[in-house]
Amino acid sequence: MRPFGYLTPGDPAGAIAAVTGRPGATFLAGGTNLVDLMKLGVAAPDLLVDVAGLLPDRIEPTAAGGLRIGAGVRNSDLAADPRVRAGYPALARAVLTGASGQLRNMATVGGNLLQRTRCLYFQDVTKPCNKRDPGSGCPARTGDHRNLAILGGSPHCVATHPSDMAVALAVLDAVVHVEGAAGPRMMPLGGLYRLPGDRPDRETTLERGDLITAVEIPPLAYAGNSAYRKVRDRTSYAFAVVSVAAALDVADGVVRDARLALGAVAPVPWRARAAERVLAGRPATAEWFGRAADAELAMASPLPDNTFKLTLVRNVVVQMLGELAGTERAGS
Amino acid sequence: MMAGVTTPDDTSSELTLVVNGTAHRLRLDHRTTLLDALREHLGLTGTKKGCDHGQCGACTVLIGGPAGGVASPRRVNSCLLLAVMAREAEITTIEGLAAPDGELHPLQAAFVEHDALQCGYCTPGQICSATAMLGEAAAGWPSAASASVTGPVVLDAAEIRERMSGNLCRCGAYVNILAAITDVARAAP
Repeated sequence: MRPFGYLTPGDPAGAIAAVTGRPGATFLAGGTNLVDLMKLGVAAPDLLVDVAGLLPDRIEPTAAGGLRIGAGVRNSDLAADPRVRAGYPALARAVLTGASGQLRNMATVGGNLLQRTRCLYFQDVTKPCNKRDPGSGCPARTGDHRNLAILGGSPHCVATHPSDMAVALAVLDAVVHVEGAAGPRMMPLGGLYRLPGDRPDRETTLERGDLITAVEIPPLAYAGNSAYRKVRDRTSYAFAVVSVAAALDVADGVVRDARLALGAVAPVPWRARAAERVLAGRPATAEWFGRAADAELAMASPLPDNTFKLTLVRNVVVQMLGELAGTERAGS
Repeated sequence: MMAGVTTPDDTSSELTLVVNGTAHRLRLDHRTTLLDALREHLGLTGTKKGCDHGQCGACTVLIGGPAGGVASPRRVNSCLLLAVMAREAEITTIEGLAAPDGELHPLQAAFVEHDALQCGYCTPGQICSATAMLGEAAAGWPSAASASVTGPVVLDAAEIRERMSGNLCRCGAYVNILAAITDVARAAP
């Protein structure tokens, strides 16, 4: 590992200035992904600016009736929060299915959003990778791509975003608060991420020195009727092969509104808007849930060893939406 | 800013690690993980290095949480925590779990009673992890195995297995590890 400096600025402005002014500098929060990537040689910063002690670490109600989650909140605290558990079960479930008890105690909400793909080629510095070493090539398309993207990829990269939490946040229309050299701004979660195109090394719209300070969840009347399901190769402590977050508002057997997002199938947390458009106003039946999944998957470009994800996504979507449609909820 | 760090170009810091109640003043290269600091600089070799990538849990130690926080102290992977990140924290390792008079921690005694190990390499991490896990359950934290994320926590076998999934045992002593933890969980108030 390359030697590096370590700073603990007293406030976000100091941290932002420290990273903005130094190309080799990077923010450090929980470190669960960054320190690992440094050991692997994938990341080699010459300065770590530790923001764990200065990021907001509370979950607070917003005036609008949603929640504002400080970027420094640890994953375990997010999943344990009574308001999250009762009001946003998809989010609590998503966080709980990620990593292990130890890692959830360390990992932060901001860091979770910015964690890097677990594509084997990205993590192996002896292999080409357009994301890690732009222009070096991508062995995945003809190599090991079973776990890689079927949606949103490009000839240059089919890596998947690994976060569970971000899939639930996508369904909840989360807004990301960012501070940077030019001041604070906010963006929808979908605006944080970029599809790979011909620049898979550029994963987000953040500029050097931009610091995620909070994630806000707007109010959603039917967020209590939400769920997250993760399909993986072993029951626990594994990344998703496919995951689905969904929230459903059903009345008299008809879908009034639906939110759907897919994980481990795309380079970004994939909000399934084509599926949502199919669902709105339609009967809450397995047939229509399947048609909705088909509408989304019509855009897919699977590779030989991950074509199975098409069937898997469809099956999980139909099953989950069916369960959510059948949920009796007081007041809904 | 902490003492010992003066410029972004310094690649080491002078820092204090409080381990099992004793403060240690050290100058450490920033690359030093808490795991390596414990083992190589403080001679506390009870904490084990397995994968060194946060995947096996052999390096699990306990870190004192914020005052008043629930489920404190917290279990962490010391291989992914830079020692400089753990400065001033209250760290407990397997060497600090037994009482001063040598009486074993209930989980240590249960692991002996149930023969919950073969080679023993994962055992310190298993026991540290289980210690904190019982605190998390007592605080009402749900897990991925919980039927409801809002319901009460019942530490049955599926719950304990899920909550302990960050600790691997290559010998496969899981059945007896489960029995040992179950015993202590049932004895808890």
